[in-house]
Amino acid sequence: MGATVTTANTTGNTWGGGNEPMGASYGKMMMWFFIVSDALTFSGFLAAYGFSRFKFIDTWPIADEVFTHFPFLHGVDAPMYYVALMTFILIFSSVTMVLAVDAGHQMKQKKVAFYMLLTIVGGLIFVGSQAWEWKNFIKGEFGAVETKGGSILQFIDKDGKRVKLADFAATLHEDRTQHKASNGVWFESEPALPTYSVAEVQAGFKAHPDLLIRTEAIYRGTDAEKKDAKLHPELNKVKHKTVLTRAESEAMLANGALVVEGANLQHNEYGSKLFADFFFFITGFHGFHVFSGVIINIIIFLNVLLGTYEKRRSYEMVEKVGLYWHFVDLVWVFVFTFFYLV
Amino acid sequence: MAHDNHAHESHTKKIWIVFGILSIVTIVEVYLGIIKPAALVMNDLLGMNLLNWIFIILTLYKAYKITWAFMHMDGEKASLRWAVVGTTVFLVLYLIFILLVEGNYVYEVFRDSTIKWNF
Repeated sequence: MGATVTTANTTGNTWGGGNEPMGASYGKMMMWFFIVSDALTFSGFLAAYGFSRFKFIDTWPIADEVFTHFPFLHGVDAPMYYVALMTFILIFSSVTMVLAVDAGHQMKQKKVAFYMLLTIVGGLIFVGSQAWEWKNFIKGEFGAVETKGGSILQFIDKDGKRVKLADFAATLHEDRTQHKASNGVWFESEPALPTYSVAEVQAGFKAHPDLLIRTEAIYRGTDAEKKDAKLHPELNKVKHKTVLTRAESEAMLANGALVVEGANLQHNEYGSKLFADFFFFITGFHGFHVFSGVIINIIIFLNVLLGTYEKRRSYEMVEKVGLYWHFVDLVWVFVFTFFYLV
Repeated sequence: MAHDNHAHESHTKKIWIVFGILSIVTIVEVYLGIIKPAALVMNDLLGMNLLNWIFIILTLYKAYKITWAFMHMDGEKASLRWAVVGTTVFLVLYLIFILLVEGNYVYEVFRDSTIKWNF
């Protein structure tokens, strides 16, 4: 017990052991310094995200247009509501965690166990929500065409509303099967083919004269942009993606090289490729922290049930995992701001 | 430390108050993020629009509340507070300064030079 909980009863005897630098027990202080190093790791990721975003500030995707799904509301444009809900779930699980710590100070075993259980449930709901968010992000909704230069072209109708590839792409009889190791040379294969080929999208675009193309560039409303004959005269709004005229749209689409549906680490239909990379990496790393937090919470929860801390006469372990759990919540507050709000 | 060896009084009320504050701040953030008031989006302060400044300040406020109330930083000694928060804040500010200035520089190179990428 002396190893896990130190009590400052040896004051005056500096080298006699049981000393507490900064007035915190060994375990708690080390948890704090682990949190410092982990916070710096996350800051490194978020600062790298900031670097790439500043580098491509004129073409960075607008988060409201990317994360628009809410469970059971199909086709309803609901930007941010779901991620706000996720934030609430995580903050609430932080509250139940701190209530467990509080109950631990008063040595109330049953209360600690109950609040720990709620925290675990909250963490699992959060991880599940993140999985759902990833699923939508990977699947995509509208589809887009990537040009030879690597920029993304999205399709809108004459009112500026997004149009899905499925709604206009023509069906040409040019089907080609996916090259798998089983049906070609055995040492080569290719990833799944998109639903439509570039030629089908181009033919469909030609057949629908109302359609226009929206590029990645953000319209700033400068004089040069207002005079630019390539940009659509009415549909462009300041701080929104630039819309091209019909003639320019056709010229641009002729450069199409690839049909992109959804997102992966190489291509994504939302715009800048780095956006998806950072999204997967940062929310993935955070989700991994939440997951390991849940596992650690379960271990501590079982220990509470077994009465380990009751025998120790101290619930400091609950406090230590509590620190980790709050840190995970803290990181999410920043991820939420920099991915979804700013 | 706020929690020494003597008997502990419950902080439950304080915890719920902090939860209320965090919820209200989050609701305000989401509300602003959805309506995006033009007066805030179109006006810049030091190279960033006012809405983003509000988001970042509210985020820092939430982080402060979580660290001080939930992680009991308010009960720790000043030396631990400085060792943990001081170190992190200093290094993060330094990192952000370097990377964002550099990112903006690369952006200007792309914008002003003859590199053509949007084709």
